Amino acid sequence: MENQENKTEVIVVGGGPAGIACAITIARAGKQVILIERGKFSGSKNVFGGAIYTKPTREIFPEFEKSAPLERKNIEHKFALLGQDDATVISYKKKNEIPESYTVIRGKFDRWMAEEAKKEGVIIVEETVVRELIVSDGFVKGVRTELEDYYANIVVLADGVNSLLAKQIGFRGKLSPEDVALSVKEVIKLPPQTINDRFHVNDDEGCIYEIFGGPMLGMLGLGFMYTNKNSVSIGLGVTLSELVEKGLKPYALLDKLKQHPEIAPLIKDGELLEYSAHLIPEGGYKKIPLLFGAGVMVVGDAAMLVNNLHWEGTNLAMISGKIAGETAVIALGKQDFSENALSHYQEELENSFIIQDLRTYKDLMGGVGERAEEFLGYYPKKINAFFEMFTTVDSVPKRQKYRKFIKSIFTDRKITELFKDALTALKLLWSIIIK
Amino acid sequence: MNELEDKLYTVKYTPDNVSHLQPVQECCKICKSKICSVICPAGVYEWDEDKQKLIVNYENCLECGACRIACESSSIGWEYPKGTKGVTFKQG
Repeated sequence: MENQENKTEVIVVGGGPAGIACAITIARAGKQVILIERGKFSGSKNVFGGAIYTKPTREIFPEFEKSAPLERKNIEHKFALLGQDDATVISYKKKNEIPESYTVIRGKFDRWMAEEAKKEGVIIVEETVVRELIVSDGFVKGVRTELEDYYANIVVLADGVNSLLAKQIGFRGKLSPEDVALSVKEVIKLPPQTINDRFHVNDDEGCIYEIFGGPMLGMLGLGFMYTNKNSVSIGLGVTLSELVEKGLKPYALLDKLKQHPEIAPLIKDGELLEYSAHLIPEGGYKKIPLLFGAGVMVVGDAAMLVNNLHWEGTNLAMISGKIAGETAVIALGKQDFSENALSHYQEELENSFIIQDLRTYKDLMGGVGERAEEFLGYYPKKINAFFEMFTTVDSVPKRQKYRKFIKSIFTDRKITELFKDALTALKLLWSIIIK
Repeated sequence: MNELEDKLYTVKYTPDNVSHLQPVQECCKICKSKICSVICPAGVYEWDEDKQKLIVNYENCLECGACRIACESSSIGWEYPKGTKGVTFKQG
């Protein structure tokens, strides 16, 4: 039963970026907050590609660069379009005064965030799983862990992509394999100087690879590489429905990616430090669950807040957590924890880039998914074929080559299919820029 | 050792003595795809044809949740391991 000892103002479930940003916002306002983390420490159950974004992180930790465990500041973004055995790579490089992002290791960085939160008054309970929410009179009143019940005025669900708690209270339906990507990752140890040489960076500078095609040609899936201080993270995420339909093992795809001639030299002779896997929310705007109710709010991956086109997740997590924290502080000030009071969270999310961006791309995954064979298979191969043609020196007259290349587009695929591709592309562009 | 075993060898686990994954074996028997045994990134599930039983190597689970969503009859009882158990990622 509820008593003074096991009652607090806010309980946050999940000690990742969303949960910590939420809890620290509440603690800074002088309110009581308990954060419950199921892992041995924050970050111990988390996996991501590799980079946190500087500006959003500064919104929560203004001086994080002074003490946080950062790996490298990213100065280059490469887009690699892999064919079966060839590649076209576009690169954007700029050394900003404020780096756009830093690579981090979650087991170190999330742990650091949790320590900072503790310093600011957040009570952190680790190695504890919340099994269910305590609901009475239509209000979420607290949480039931393996050992005991805790009560609070507000419970914030930051329990990640699988959010069993959001499901328990009917905020989200059953996820289907189209709504998530399964990501596998390997962290490969290499000497810092080798990383510098292979990725053309100086000490503390890093390079990001976004990888299309290769073993994922024709699939709704992407690969990535990030450089850490003493290691390189390489992984891929493929929509679960693709793996199911095609009967593919995710690690087999990763092994193939590692062997691609564009990628293999970058990780040659490296030692595998750790293999990991995690789900990524892919449903976008259309799959956002109910975000608030009486005594409860949902943040971060639990709310499916991921912008997959731009590889943004931790920033949406942190900022949604912050907004939920601010909403909790207002609600505590008024002692009103009703659905109406907490609707402020959704209003502010709608006003922020978070919902606006997800709305911008609401049709993207569906549109590309329907024509994945074309947009992520045929055309990437064709781009590589163009550059192969352009760079080949073989005494064949150039005009003849151009004509042959153009003709091939119309003989490879039916005119009606080309028309459908163009229509889908235009529709997507329209939905992103205008509608 | 096969390649997946090499990968899993790098992962730190604190295994429980009971499984946090509980497939409904009656459903597994009539399941055609046995898709869990394909997509699981840790090879947790193996179909034993002789015993007509799904073997669950739960101690290798990376806690990603893919099997729960991919299972065609949604019949994998899936919960997080106890707070002190399961996987601990150091390089996530």
